[in-house]
Amino acid sequence: MHHHLILRVVTKMLVGAIILFAFYVQFHGDFSPGGGFQAGVIMAVAFILYGIVFGLNKVKQVFPPWLVHKMIALGVLLYAGTGVASLFLGYSFLDYDAFNPHHPSHGQHWGILAVELGVGITVTGVMVAIYYAFANRPPPMKDEDW
Amino acid sequence: MIETLINIILFAMLVLTALAVVRINHLFAVVMLSGVFSLLSALLFVTLDAVDVAFTEAAVGAGISTVLMLGTIALTARTQKKSTRSGMVPFIVVVVTGAALVYGTLDMPDFGDPNAPASLHVAPEYMIGSIKDIDVPNVVTSILASYRGYDTLGETAVVFTAGIGVLALLSGLSRRRREDEEEDV
Repeated sequence: MHHHLILRVVTKMLVGAIILFAFYVQFHGDFSPGGGFQAGVIMAVAFILYGIVFGLNKVKQVFPPWLVHKMIALGVLLYAGTGVASLFLGYSFLDYDAFNPHHPSHGQHWGILAVELGVGITVTGVMVAIYYAFANRPPPMKDEDW
Repeated sequence: MIETLINIILFAMLVLTALAVVRINHLFAVVMLSGVFSLLSALLFVTLDAVDVAFTEAAVGAGISTVLMLGTIALTARTQKKSTRSGMVPFIVVVVTGAALVYGTLDMPDFGDPNAPASLHVAPEYMIGSIKDIDVPNVVTSILASYRGYDTLGETAVVFTAGIGVLALLSGLSRRRREDEEEDV
């Protein structure tokens, strides 16, 4: 898409805002609509938009496939690890009261933060990985063919 | 009153979009219209006060799905093949299924009914506990991440499995082809 000047300029301005919005949805999910699933998708959309406009090779330099593949597993591990951590502290699996027994609600906040982050990491990884898998395969289409 | 009007307009547009998707053979237009369909359903979820669901529908249904469908079109064909068989049998199946679903909704409680079974079992406990025990104003988050943490762990595992499955199907193929080409050289 070398000749789409407007798309390229607008994309450059939007990508930062989209990533910021993804972090807002991720970490403000306790107070407003949203959470890990939505934030993960929005984060992935930022990279996919960049990839569509600037090409797959450019976005792979920013967000290399090996990192994407690690993130897919890392998120699930973080989620399940939170549960295992509460087990080791003597509580039930995924009982977040364990993380701050004197203020159970604070423990709950930490637990929710951790598992939502796990969800967000996995969803980002899976969405970007699927996009890479699709976009990686020939034949690339010319603009006129649409 | 105004809400009923908005619902009627949104549902009418939803039906028109669905009809257009069925009629059009050009797949690029169909993918775009399915994105429109998702956005319209997201709006309907907003009128039902289900903003979290609307958010997901807008992000996943209208955003990611459209991109993935476009990627699929780029790999396959641009137009739908003309079907030689008549559309009567699928039409009858759709009408019968639709009628059965409408018949099923007749027994459902009214929208927002406080005596509906869904709002009687554990829901009151969650509504009170979300503020008292967890101190999280968004009840959806406290149910999703804390009360129903096991379910969400399962959902994350499903997303994980889906991602691994697609990777195994698509990336594996391209690697094999590259190796073949190297052998040919």
